[in-house]
Amino acid sequence: MGEQLQTLLMIAVGSALVNNVVLSQFLGLCPFLGVSKKMETAAGMGGAVIFVLTISSFFTGLIYHLLLAPAGLEYLQTIVFILVIAALVQLVEMFLKKTIPSLYKSLGVYLPLITTNCAVLGVALLNVQNDYGILEGTVNGLATAVGFTISIVLMAGLREKIEYNDIPKPFQGMPIVLLTAGLMSIAFFGFSGMI
Amino acid sequence: MKANSPAERLYNGIIKENPTFVMMLGMCPTLAVTTSAVNGLGMGLTTMVILAMSNLMISLLRKAIPDGVRMPAYIVVVASFVTIVQFLLQGFLPSLYDSLGIYIPLIVVNCIILGRAEAYASKHGPLASVFDGIGMGLGFTLGLTSIGIVRELLGSGAVFGHQIFEGGATIFVLAPGAFFVLAMLVALQNKLKEGKHDKNRIKSGCAAGCAACSNTLCSQAGADNSEKGGA
Repeated sequence: MGEQLQTLLMIAVGSALVNNVVLSQFLGLCPFLGVSKKMETAAGMGGAVIFVLTISSFFTGLIYHLLLAPAGLEYLQTIVFILVIAALVQLVEMFLKKTIPSLYKSLGVYLPLITTNCAVLGVALLNVQNDYGILEGTVNGLATAVGFTISIVLMAGLREKIEYNDIPKPFQGMPIVLLTAGLMSIAFFGFSGMI
Repeated sequence: MKANSPAERLYNGIIKENPTFVMMLGMCPTLAVTTSAVNGLGMGLTTMVILAMSNLMISLLRKAIPDGVRMPAYIVVVASFVTIVQFLLQGFLPSLYDSLGIYIPLIVVNCIILGRAEAYASKHGPLASVFDGIGMGLGFTLGLTSIGIVRELLGSGAVFGHQIFEGGATIFVLAPGAFFVLAMLVALQNKLKEGKHDKNRIKSGCAAGCAACSNTLCSQAGADNSEKGGA
């Protein structure tokens, strides 16, 4: 039990900080660059990603281990995963709308954008590649999403400050954001000493 | 050039609407696999093949797919081609397969592919769609290869594996280097365009994530372009 807990903790710290999904694996860059202008929307996006990624890594793990692997259909994983994710996002959206309208109000706008967030499919595929079980995979999904939220919220905080600075004209817009992301990525390299 | 002719499509994809430098689409593979020029070239060509085939298929099926379920239908078409190409790479180019790794199946969620399906292939004939896919794919290949060349040269002093000078700053091959090189290339492009097309200043192509891009932004852009092309 203790040993398993340790493994799970290692997976969690590893995917949230050391191998940060955005800054070292480059997954989910689109929302990271697109929705990080304001702290509030960044936090909303982060919350939606945590929600969807945890659920989707559980369900893709379940389908892979109980359906695809026993039937020898591993080669269908890409098609099945993307369809499951797309359907799941729709379901979550409808479910939230009916049952928890307050949560839907704050996350609803971001949910449809998540289907094509490559982090969601990426984590499902990485879970298979690393031979994670259903529990390990779900923890990995949750930790990856937390890592995404950390980096997008930090980025939004920085961008709110950058607004007030005098930036050379060619660097305004995308380039300065990319440079900031590069510096953040260097900072996150510091975590690699942790494991 | 005549609108929607093969030559015009190629020009459009490689220069006018270059997916990497002008539209800023498909950022994940652009930054992740460009650690060397060969990887960038391999990823670009793989994407091009999938893009051309999925454009052809979607263009042929465009009258058969009901409007309400077109997105899931496109995703299934693209995912099938990605799976096929993934196994071909694994069988015939195992070294490229190993170095691209998880980014091959992730081509499914590349905004460029769904974006072109929605904006172009679903509205035009098969021949024009194939050339649209090849043009966009070549543009993407060009972008990826040039980023790869810069990173490989600065990071390890080599181009396509040929040593040019000793040493090099390893950071350009690591994750932060990807951000720095792309930032510099975009800034350079902004500088060159300064004054001429100020309104065309580069913004993120996926202003609100890729889904929005494939659903609204790109199709609007596509519609605008086809109007311009027709006029």
